[in-house]
Amino acid sequence: MIDVSNLTVRFSGITPIDDMSLVFPVGTCGLIGPNGAGKTTFFNVLSGFVKPAAGTITAFDEDLLKMADFRRARWGLRRTFQTEMAIEQLSVYDNVAMIHEHSGAKRSSRRADVLTALEFVGLATPPKTKVGGLNARERRLVELARAVVGNPRLVLLDEPAAGLPDEETAHLSQVIRKIPDAFGALTILVDHDMSLVSRCCATTAVLDFGKLIALGPTAEVLRDEQVIKAYLGTEDDVAPLDATEAEAE
Amino acid sequence: MTTAPAAGSETGARAPFGVEWRLAIRGVVIAALLVFVLVPLPSLVGSDWLTTFASTAIYAIVALGFGILYGRVGMISLGQVALLSVGVWIGARLAYGTGMPYPLLLLATGALTCVIGTLVGLPSLRLSGLYLALITLMFAGATTIVLSVTDFPNGGGGFKGRSATGALTTETPPVRRPSIAEGDVDFYRYIVVVAALMFLLALVHVASKPGRAWASIRESEPAALAAGVNITFYKMWAFALASFMTGVAGCLFASQVGVPRVITFRTQDSLTLAATALIGGVFSIWGALVAAVFNQVLPFLFQAQWSIDTNFLLIIFGAGLLQVLLTAPGGLAQQFPRDVANLGRLVLRGARSLRGPRGTGL
Repeated sequence: MIDVSNLTVRFSGITPIDDMSLVFPVGTCGLIGPNGAGKTTFFNVLSGFVKPAAGTITAFDEDLLKMADFRRARWGLRRTFQTEMAIEQLSVYDNVAMIHEHSGAKRSSRRADVLTALEFVGLATPPKTKVGGLNARERRLVELARAVVGNPRLVLLDEPAAGLPDEETAHLSQVIRKIPDAFGALTILVDHDMSLVSRCCATTAVLDFGKLIALGPTAEVLRDEQVIKAYLGTEDDVAPLDATEAEAE
Repeated sequence: MTTAPAAGSETGARAPFGVEWRLAIRGVVIAALLVFVLVPLPSLVGSDWLTTFASTAIYAIVALGFGILYGRVGMISLGQVALLSVGVWIGARLAYGTGMPYPLLLLATGALTCVIGTLVGLPSLRLSGLYLALITLMFAGATTIVLSVTDFPNGGGGFKGRSATGALTTETPPVRRPSIAEGDVDFYRYIVVVAALMFLLALVHVASKPGRAWASIRESEPAALAAGVNITFYKMWAFALASFMTGVAGCLFASQVGVPRVITFRTQDSLTLAATALIGGVFSIWGALVAAVFNQVLPFLFQAQWSIDTNFLLIIFGAGLLQVLLTAPGGLAQQFPRDVANLGRLVLRGARSLRGPRGTGL
């Protein structure tokens, strides 16, 4: 469980996260909002790239903000980025193994853990293949394997399906949904693809201009009038979209 | 979807086998090359060629250091030849001033150069790209100036180790060589063995935890940080390793030439080294060897064999660099095997098409 209270981030003049308080329970949680809502900034705070002006984050009874950035991976924080960042120079195996190396997991279990992670994401490419020669889908799966290896506790996925066609996104959603049960990690998914979010996440939080505007069961949140307004950017009365229409967005 | 993992494990089981074969072939080729360079080569060439090959092996170590910094971590250092001259200074000073056994002398020179090189690398924690390149080039310039004022130690006393006469005369005792390899041929072999050990050291690093951490830093620093890589530590480690190797190379250089001269190390040589290392290929260990051949063998061929002004080499290196950067960023170490493979395929296809019609005719 992650407890965020009164989190505020300020960059000279703008406030990407404004007094945000929310609790992510266990499982896979969605985090959505229009561009500039503060989703990635929130991930950057969790990763330690951005220091908040105020607020606390308690993750599994530990004060996350007090931890040095590079120690958070050892603690169990994993994340992917909007642009895919699998390491081209290294093989598929080494890409995943290097996360394991810095995770604090036992060295003796490295091989088994890495192969388990690769099997879990359903990557059929031979582990010795260099990532430089892989296609977009395979690279995304390598990233996902990197995110679940070595006893993760909190997995942050920032648009993991960006640039993938629908049928591959479907496979990805099956994998993401299984992360909490398979590895016992709380997973937070940021995406603009509402079908992916509603397929993966039981709970979803919605940000707009750095403020939390909705939090609850995904289907309900996607029907919320305020959420629809935030996405469509209008103050006028808008007929409530149902979940399928929201998906189409 | 359910069949995917099964297919994966099947190909996974087959693939390592193929890779191991390739590794074995590579190992045999390297061993054969090493044996050739060590055993018959010195008796096949004259002493001037032997000296050139010795300095080629030394510069291969320096290029390897550049390759680790730039090819592995993405930090551009234009001061590697200057650092080599620092290694020469320290090596010469320690050789004259102490009686320590030669392997220890190599290690001590490496360690002291490592400290200086790591200090020079400190700005890399804040700067990258052009700025780091400029800072390291300034270091090269500063080293040249300090060297031309103080000169290399020649067995004199004090910190500078310069004797009062200061002149380079025949009385200047040469920097000593290991007792087991005092002759030119033996010392050439000694240098090649030490260079091979340095390559092994680099290989071990690249193939293990630091190599993977470097690759992740090169790909993206935020992603490396998110992966738990201590960026400060691993960047400094790369500088420490490259400087250690360069220091060892410096000590070998001091003993190889006996009386090192300031003129051997110009600021621009650091730039030429970077250019040749890029031409050779910074992503491959072999690239360092190709770079050293360009850096040492070509000038020798131009000057001693063909009597051409070696300054023309700068133009050739410039054109070569342009060619490599445009067509093969991995350098000749990547381009050459690829071209040979393509040529082989062409020849095979040609042979098949020649045989084809005749085969059907019969």
